[in-house]
Amino acid sequence: MRELQIKQIKTTHQNTTIIDNISVHLKAGEIGCLLGPSGCGKTTLLRSIAGLQKLTEGEIYLGDQLVSSNQFHLAIEKRKVGMVFQDYALFPHMNIADNIRFGIEHQSRKQQQDRIHQLLELVNLAGKERRYPHELSGGQQQRVALARALAAKPQILLMDEPFSGLDVELRESLARQVRCILKTEGITALMVTHNQNEAFAIADSVGVMKDGELLQWDTPYNLYHQPNYPFIADFIGQGVLIKGSICGCRQVHTELGVLNTQLAEDHATGEKVSVLVRPDDIIHSDKSSWQLEVVSRVFRGSHFLFTLKLPNDEQVMCMSQSHHDHAVGSKIGIKLEMDHAVVFPLQNLKKVKAHCCTSV
Amino acid sequence: MKKYLNLWSILTIATALLLTVPLWVLVSFVFEPTNETWAHLVDTLLPEYIFNSLWLMLGVSIGTLLLGIPSAWFISQYDFFGKKVLQWALLLPLAMPAYIIAYTYTGLLEFEGPVQSFLRTLFETQTVNLWFPEVRSVGGAIIMFSLVLYPYVYLLARTAFSNQSHSVMHASRTLGAGPYKTFFKVALPIARPAIIAGLTLALMETLADFGTVQHFGIATFTTGIYRTWTAFGDTTTTAQLSVLLLVFVTILMMVEFWSRRQAKYFTGSNQAAQAMPTKLSGIKSAMAFSICLLPILFGFILPSLQLLDWSINVAETNLNMEFLKLVWNSFSLAFITALVTVSIALMLSYAKRSQKNRTVDSAVRLSALGYAIPGTVIAVAVIIPFAWFDNTLDAWARETLNISTGLLLSGTLFALVFAYCFRFLSVALQSLNSGFSQIKPSMDESAKTLGASNWTILRRIHTPLLKSSLLTAFILVFVEVLKELPTTLILRPFNFNTLSVKAYEMAADERLADAGLPALLIVITGLIPVIILSKMIGNRNA
Repeated sequence: MRELQIKQIKTTHQNTTIIDNISVHLKAGEIGCLLGPSGCGKTTLLRSIAGLQKLTEGEIYLGDQLVSSNQFHLAIEKRKVGMVFQDYALFPHMNIADNIRFGIEHQSRKQQQDRIHQLLELVNLAGKERRYPHELSGGQQQRVALARALAAKPQILLMDEPFSGLDVELRESLARQVRCILKTEGITALMVTHNQNEAFAIADSVGVMKDGELLQWDTPYNLYHQPNYPFIADFIGQGVLIKGSICGCRQVHTELGVLNTQLAEDHATGEKVSVLVRPDDIIHSDKSSWQLEVVSRVFRGSHFLFTLKLPNDEQVMCMSQSHHDHAVGSKIGIKLEMDHAVVFPLQNLKKVKAHCCTSV
Repeated sequence: MKKYLNLWSILTIATALLLTVPLWVLVSFVFEPTNETWAHLVDTLLPEYIFNSLWLMLGVSIGTLLLGIPSAWFISQYDFFGKKVLQWALLLPLAMPAYIIAYTYTGLLEFEGPVQSFLRTLFETQTVNLWFPEVRSVGGAIIMFSLVLYPYVYLLARTAFSNQSHSVMHASRTLGAGPYKTFFKVALPIARPAIIAGLTLALMETLADFGTVQHFGIATFTTGIYRTWTAFGDTTTTAQLSVLLLVFVTILMMVEFWSRRQAKYFTGSNQAAQAMPTKLSGIKSAMAFSICLLPILFGFILPSLQLLDWSINVAETNLNMEFLKLVWNSFSLAFITALVTVSIALMLSYAKRSQKNRTVDSAVRLSALGYAIPGTVIAVAVIIPFAWFDNTLDAWARETLNISTGLLLSGTLFALVFAYCFRFLSVALQSLNSGFSQIKPSMDESAKTLGASNWTILRRIHTPLLKSSLLTAFILVFVEVLKELPTTLILRPFNFNTLSVKAYEMAADERLADAGLPALLIVITGLIPVIILSKMIGNRNA
């Protein structure tokens, strides 16, 4: 297993820049994930590592070996990367065993058999050696594709939307299984997805991409609680931005009251900002005397999601337990549960509205 | 509703049975005891028929694969100089019937022809005979067939290659396989069922051919059937020989059926995974260009130029009333046949769509059997029961009414149209079925919920959506009839000549130049369906 280093790479297609100035460092054995809306360039980044896409600028290293730069391009078949494709790309004319064997044909018969057997055990498909791809379910095909990519012990495993063809209910459980398999094999892996649940289920660290740029590379926890950009705040989890103004040291005044915040120093008192409020920051409590009017409500099974109106007509979201139903128009009691509010400079607000990609 | 269903079913089954009567009569001759003509055949010519047919099939397989697969691969995977034109021009040889290309190459390569004359001038040996390969041979026939039949392989291989998910090939590369291993172990095997399906179509055409092998003097089943029929007039042996040929054809049909079913598993489902074709430049581009140009050059351009040259030379003397009569005969016959065939196909295809039951499905499939049966066999199969009917009726009429009814069915245009109809019904059916498949049942239902009557649905929804399929079916049948040689030759009424028969007769009299004009007209008409086909493929890719 090798580490992956991507240094300031840029790719272009017919004079259009697809990805620009991207640097990533993935430690050996780490599982990374690229998250972003479709067209953000995340698949192009993955294809550049595999060698399916040439670089205009920058360098890619696998371990200490240079595999891509603007002058050098190591042939795909010499890179020893394993790749799981979105459509699995299983060879339809070969059975499962032969599919897995394809990358290790140079090994001895005994080694091949042992590895195939071991991998099928690992992906929980033992006994299916003689089946053909079309005889398997989508989830099974996906696991065969994974086993095939792992067979030759690649330096890094790349996965392009590996769960997108599966039922929603299957995705997360399969993502957890895949994480387990990768950790067992100690594989360095990079996955691409547009689904944050998958990303969080599988990855140690996640990079959020937009318009060909990598905005933030961080742990899932930090991406949710400390997003660097309003776009990330909006893309990951739910939430709204409300108006606020800086009042004194590490405090911001909003319609919800004065909130604590971790501020960079260049904010002057009185500066207008926008403040991220997540649904889990506001808790419904019948005892609270702080009452807000319900504008709309959605039943989510495990909880209710209320949209509430603040006195200045701004709206916030609030979660409550699933048996606490309140009619639209009625007033409900709330309390704040917010350690540190995330604050964005106001000029960035436009970026948020322009790219209002609501996450699932 | 129940009554309606029965009417449709009965109509379809009746049509299927009526159309296939000749086939059943033919097959029934298997139970007749063989006579001395058969014994004679077995001793003398039959081994040669079988041997030649097998040789031709083997040679044509190699030839069509060599011409069809590389061109399909380059067109589907790469971008190079001239690709836009070449990708449809590669279909042009489909417009060239095998017997016509055989005439042109005979002309081009004979002793007095331009090639040998040029070689003699080059070596300044006017008198000495240069050794030159004889085009009128099994080898020559193999080359002729390969040059005009490779488009079947090309077409199906190209579709298979371009439908292959690119990620399958990329997967092979990331697993450590180079471009060659990827082609031979992944791309080619995945396309194999489609390629085999294309190949079986080419081989069926090879077996069905009469004009080429007759002109080259190669004894095969079709020439044997023709000879046994015309020279010996031996119905039993002709029929038995025909059934033997049908055994070959049936094997090919089964292979084709099996391949198409296999191909379904092998085609990629994810269209989005198709990457852009790789751009070639310099020497590689020139190579790809040449590989794709060669089959067109020898399969279409050269023979067309030869036909054009002959036509211009004889235009002054041959463009006369007689030729116009020929054109009129051919075109009106093709028009009537196309009209009848498309009408029957429309009925069957509508029945198939509206009656979702297996009896109707089987009946429709039975009616479409004709496409696989060689024209010579169909002609013989039609004439046997028709002649029997005429004779029986005539005998009865003479006996009871004291009048002769003469030939009512056999030896009339009716027999010809009937035979064509059976042979080309599947061409029309395919076109109409694909037209109907676009009209999903939910469209009818949604129109009904919007308050439309059955009549309105037919007028406002079905007709506009079916119009192009109907036209396509009509043109395809029209052109097939125009090209068809052996059926016309055997079944035409006395003194009734068509373009294809004229070309055949002139070539048989060694008056190749005089065959030029009718042959050229057949090829030009044949271009229409090729253009339609390439357009349809273009739309599907867009």
